[in-house]
Amino acid sequence: MRRIAPLGLRTRLIAAFLLVAAISAVTTAALTYQQARNAILKQTQDTAISTLRDQVEQQEFRLPLDQQEVQRIVIELGKRGKPHPWIIFGEYGSVRVSTNPGTPTSSVITDDLRRKVRSHDYTAFQRVEDQRGNPWLTVGVPAFIEHNGSIEATGAVFYASVPLATEKQTVEAMVDAAKQGAVPGLAIAIVPALLAARSVLRPVRDMRRAAQNLGRGRLDTRIEVRGADELAGLARTFNETARALEQSVRELQDAEVRARRFASDVSHELRTPLAGMLAVTEVLDEDAERLDADTAKALRLVSAETGKLAVLVEDLMEISRFDARAAELNLDDVDIAEAVRKTLERRHWVDDRVVTELPDRVRARLDPRRFDVILANLVGNALRHGGAPVRVTVRTAPGEHGERLLIDVADSGPGIAPEVLPHIFDRFFKADAARTRSAGSGLGLAITLENVRLHGGTLLAANGPTGGAVFTLDMPLEADA
Amino acid sequence: MPRVLLIEDDPSIREGVGLGLRRRGHDVSSAETGEEGLALMGGFRPELVLLDLMLPGINGVQVCRRIRETSQVPIIMLTARGDDFDIVVGLEAGADDYIVKPARTEVIEARIKAVLRRLTDPVGARPGVEHHGELSIDRAGLSVAKNGERVPLAPSEIKLLLHLSASPEQVFSRQQLLEYVWDHSYHADARLVDACVRRLRTKVEDPDASPRYIQTVRGFGYRFGPL
Repeated sequence: MRRIAPLGLRTRLIAAFLLVAAISAVTTAALTYQQARNAILKQTQDTAISTLRDQVEQQEFRLPLDQQEVQRIVIELGKRGKPHPWIIFGEYGSVRVSTNPGTPTSSVITDDLRRKVRSHDYTAFQRVEDQRGNPWLTVGVPAFIEHNGSIEATGAVFYASVPLATEKQTVEAMVDAAKQGAVPGLAIAIVPALLAARSVLRPVRDMRRAAQNLGRGRLDTRIEVRGADELAGLARTFNETARALEQSVRELQDAEVRARRFASDVSHELRTPLAGMLAVTEVLDEDAERLDADTAKALRLVSAETGKLAVLVEDLMEISRFDARAAELNLDDVDIAEAVRKTLERRHWVDDRVVTELPDRVRARLDPRRFDVILANLVGNALRHGGAPVRVTVRTAPGEHGERLLIDVADSGPGIAPEVLPHIFDRFFKADAARTRSAGSGLGLAITLENVRLHGGTLLAANGPTGGAVFTLDMPLEADA
Repeated sequence: MPRVLLIEDDPSIREGVGLGLRRRGHDVSSAETGEEGLALMGGFRPELVLLDLMLPGINGVQVCRRIRETSQVPIIMLTARGDDFDIVVGLEAGADDYIVKPARTEVIEARIKAVLRRLTDPVGARPGVEHHGELSIDRAGLSVAKNGERVPLAPSEIKLLLHLSASPEQVFSRQQLLEYVWDHSYHADARLVDACVRRLRTKVEDPDASPRYIQTVRGFGYRFGPL
């Protein structure tokens, strides 16, 4: 079943407009035609009937009525046709005469009319058409005479047949006029239809565009309100909705900005006392040896936790800067194999715990400090949560927008539990709710992911075919800041 | 052990870092403000300045410029990561290196030692004065002259120039220069090198022409010459 394509609003509006115009034109024409036709015919009819009746009444009948007498009266009546010349037929017993000598009986006077006249002895009329379709008015008037003070029917009936050709022409002219007027009228009606459609459609189109803009995040979109009709009301409602939406989004954004600003401010504030504390941890560690056991333990605890706190605050600062979009790439051209080797050397991961597969002479454009953080985090995680040996595979592959740098970091551990996998990059995510604080800040992988994104890359966590966790880094070989 | 001038407005950092460095045998003099620090320069004659960037009154960058007007004493900035712009501005103003707060005393001391370390003569360096175009480089005396006029260079600048000119036309990556010149065993950022090259160029290159002595090799790094 194919559905008919829905018609556009414009088409429907114009069609409705034209339909209304056509209906009103036809109705008006039909009513006018009917009224005018009736009025014209009635006037002709009334004139003809009253004239004939008056004429018949005024005739002096000389009895006995015979062929000559009837003929005389017929001719007499024939001269006085109103409103048009008419043809008079006289019928008396078997006498049949008319103003047309050739045709004593009429072809348009029906028996029906004769019966009406004879049965009531009263004037009757009828509108008929002859064989050629010409309309005739036929009127029958019985003749009476005054006899000894009383009025008696003579038995003679005079019929007039009046041609209605003129009236027919007039009516036809009117129908033609109505027809000829309706078509241009409808054509002219298209203009206001188009204008009306446009005046309806423009606000609708504006609203559609505005809604699209709103959807694209431009919440300051407003529609110009014209006039005071329903569409203007709709536009006003749209504007109010947009305003409310903008306000609530702004409030949310402000709240988010405040929350992030707070986290950033807190870490900033923590940094200064930490800088002082971290500078003296060495002194604590050194002197602890010369103090009693409890004090020594306490001092070492303070020293160790200060170190951890410093790392946590640094990581918080780093995350805050990503959130505030303040993180910048400081790009440099590096030999990728050398960069990877340096990162591993710096962390003293130079024994067989980490196995590498590095391509020769591949140069990449990236932020060396951030790249170091990325790799150190991935390898450090693999060693801590997975298990040695950790395999680091570096390769390049062609991508849609230039060469890609692909790095796999796979460990030999049990892999990542499926329920943990979606949250692996979450901040402060604990794989086990009861787990104690790990060596890291809990922000390591979140920062790693942000660093990768900053380079325009992606980072995926999965479980390899042999069971260990595999982190796959995919980023452009040449990042652009 | 070297005399260190520490300019830092926050008392806990001032005391902590001062205490840590004194324990390691440094002669530390502290100042709370830039003005105070500048006033101490003459009397104390520090061999190295540790300078906080965020100071009340005249800030660290301005202090750095004022010191550089009269002295080529090594300057290490104390910064907070995130003040990226300030790091670059501070390096442009003539600082030799920077340390991100918070830092352990061992890290601070390692940076101090690296800045104060005289470059070991690279293999094949001849004693006496070398002439490269209008530049005369005295490796033993650690001085550089242009057209016979001595060019005052900060420690990082002279080290960089000596290192590059020891192997003319050899390209060094930024990472290599960070390791040789700044002794950064970790990934510091390449902006140190770029800022130092810019400062060096304003001192030795012809301002109206493209660089002759320290040339940029796009995608690789820097080299000295070819002249």
